[in-house]
Amino acid sequence: MKWSTAFNSAIGKKLIMGATGLFLIVFLIVHCYINAMVFYNDGGATFNTLAHFMGTNIIIRTVEIGLMAFLIIHSWTGLSLWLKNKARRKTGYAVNNRQQTSRWYSRSMALLGTLILLFLILHLSAFWAPNRGHQLMEGEEIDLFQRMADAFSNPIVVVIYVLGCISLAWHLLHGFWSSFQTFGLSTHRYKGMIRGIGNVFSIFVPLVFALMPLWFYGGSHGWFDMKPSVFHQQTIPVEAESVPMH
Amino acid sequence: MEHYHMNLTLKVWRQKNKNTAGRFETYPVQNISSEMSFLEMIDVLNESLVDQGQEPVAFDHDCREGICGTCSMYINGRAHGPWHHTTTCQLHMREYKNGDTIVVEPWRANSFPVLKDLVTDRSSFDRIVQAGGYVSVNTGNAVDANALPIEKAKADESFAAAACIGCGACVAACPNTSAMLFMSAKVSHLALLPQGAPERKGRVLNMVAQHDHEGFGTCTNIGACEAECPKGISLENIARLNREYVAATFAGGSQNA
Repeated sequence: MKWSTAFNSAIGKKLIMGATGLFLIVFLIVHCYINAMVFYNDGGATFNTLAHFMGTNIIIRTVEIGLMAFLIIHSWTGLSLWLKNKARRKTGYAVNNRQQTSRWYSRSMALLGTLILLFLILHLSAFWAPNRGHQLMEGEEIDLFQRMADAFSNPIVVVIYVLGCISLAWHLLHGFWSSFQTFGLSTHRYKGMIRGIGNVFSIFVPLVFALMPLWFYGGSHGWFDMKPSVFHQQTIPVEAESVPMH
Repeated sequence: MEHYHMNLTLKVWRQKNKNTAGRFETYPVQNISSEMSFLEMIDVLNESLVDQGQEPVAFDHDCREGICGTCSMYINGRAHGPWHHTTTCQLHMREYKNGDTIVVEPWRANSFPVLKDLVTDRSSFDRIVQAGGYVSVNTGNAVDANALPIEKAKADESFAAAACIGCGACVAACPNTSAMLFMSAKVSHLALLPQGAPERKGRVLNMVAQHDHEGFGTCTNIGACEAECPKGISLENIARLNREYVAATFAGGSQNA
């Protein structure tokens, strides 16, 4: 059987969704871990150092291309499958008590995914794109800690981010388990464990993400003593040795 | 259990044939016993329709003891009605009370076209089985049952998968009209047994290809199929189907082999 045929079948498409989804889950762990460094309240010294590594390391930058590709493949395959599957029941049911047999978020992965995608477009154009653009044009990175502090002093931005994290949590509640099921790993022995870890992951990671805009909002409104950026809104030189640590 | 009688209002999908548009017709049914099965209630309706010179409601039924998989019907938004692990013939009227309105629809999926009223064409399932859901054996004398040792756990799992009666409730309930639960049961019950081993790789590839050819949807692990299955076929079978598919693909199994 040809590889192209193998990945075009009903199961092949699932494998594409599961593999790209799992990769995006791994990315979330790294992203969440590094961004959680803002909670040190050290004026972004730790956070910007790690962000600098992620932004300049050749391996990370190569994987970033794969990440973008996987995000596009995941969105494209998911949405095209959703459209095709919708067309497979030309006459719908007059009465359908589907809420008695399945979870709403399991049935709404395309909707939740679209919300996340819209959020990501806003998110990437607020942080990732300007930073990469600045690197390309000026050879320097932006002070991302200060940029977060600026962006999240606006309550509308904070609300959009929290809603994005909620969409992500619902999407993960189905997606985490679903990817393991697709790879045939959700057997009698492991399915309880996968469900359990999946549920904890799906709530914990989006919660940590959602706390970041709230933390900056609180800091910029004087709810607690947030240390200002140690970089004083200046850009960080690309050379690693010149990055101030403290 | 208390025995009582009830009057009901039925909204039934009527469709002359494959090529005409259908619509709901409303029928009152009187004096239905709580001890009747759902199909017996439809029989009562049909007798009164015949008495009035009208065309009776066409519906699929055969064994009426919950093992043949012939009866279908989407009842008040649930495949085979609201009871767990139940076919329509085993749904009994004690579920309902006097004055209830019940909406009865055929299975809805492009791959299960309506032939007449509540009868759908489920031959797409037959063609999936014909694509690989069998073992090729030269039948000689029956072999001694104990000559071929099979682990108890595997025999049990295989038996549980073989309980699938091919009714199509999984497709009817699936938002994607996927037939993965059905196919996974057929693949599993042979993959777990030594008799299924020689054709194992080709079987899964051929059956999946036929599933797609018939226009069934792709599984997104929603789980409505498992919840509606009258025989309790588990989603673990779909996990096994996926493993079989991956193994056959990576091992270079060929279709139609």
